[in-house]
Amino acid sequence: MSHNKRSNEPFLWLLFSAGGVVAAMVIPIHLLLFGLAFPLGWLNPPSYQSLADLLHNPVTRLYLFVVCTLSLFHWAHRFRYTLYDGLQIKHLNELINTFCYGGAIVGTVVAGYLLWSL
Amino acid sequence: MNAPTEYLPKSYRTRVSTYWWLHRWPYLKFILRELSSVFVAWFVILTLLQVSAIAGGAAGYAQFQEWLQNPIVILLNLVSFLFVLLHAVTWFNLAPKAMAVRMGGKRVPDLLIAGPNYVAWAVVSAAVAWIVLRG
Repeated sequence: MSHNKRSNEPFLWLLFSAGGVVAAMVIPIHLLLFGLAFPLGWLNPPSYQSLADLLHNPVTRLYLFVVCTLSLFHWAHRFRYTLYDGLQIKHLNELINTFCYGGAIVGTVVAGYLLWSL
Repeated sequence: MNAPTEYLPKSYRTRVSTYWWLHRWPYLKFILRELSSVFVAWFVILTLLQVSAIAGGAAGYAQFQEWLQNPIVILLNLVSFLFVLLHAVTWFNLAPKAMAVRMGGKRVPDLLIAGPNYVAWAVVSAAVAWIVLRG
């Protein structure tokens, strides 16, 4: 990496951090409801129509977009360091960065497309 | 194991096992906490699949719900839920360590700083549950 280039590490860390807050606040309840409580019959799932109506509300779409995007950048940053530290494969730097941040960018585009084209 | 490369020169190199994090509980906890990000990513994939299923109409969504009842998917979601809980708790507990607030010469107890995080967590979770279950 060249030294005269400004580091974008603070920006990436900010995204990681914001994603960490969002993920901690909302993912547990989402997973508990849709991943466990509804499929296992602990609670009656909402009807298709009510979910579709909810999803067509722009506020819901913006919410889901923000949650998905920030969560992905949280993953990218943390997973990158997990690979560095856990497996000690810092020499694969470029490849890991491309995979992690590239994945987050692709996910953001997919989320944006899906939520916009509803 | 750790073959010398450009980044790992031969000199000044002590051997660290690839599995160093298995040797002590705090290390293992650290790696588990870091691995929680994988399940955060899984949640995003799951959510986007759900959005796409809802967009596809009632029949497609019924199929998606059936898929969610597959034992393997339930197990995956259970594990994800536990990892995301680990992430949430470790994240909220980090706040008092990141900011050591002093009042009247004494350090404010950790619980007073982490506490509001937990209150916010409960409120947000209740709000999401209410919005989803209302329908």
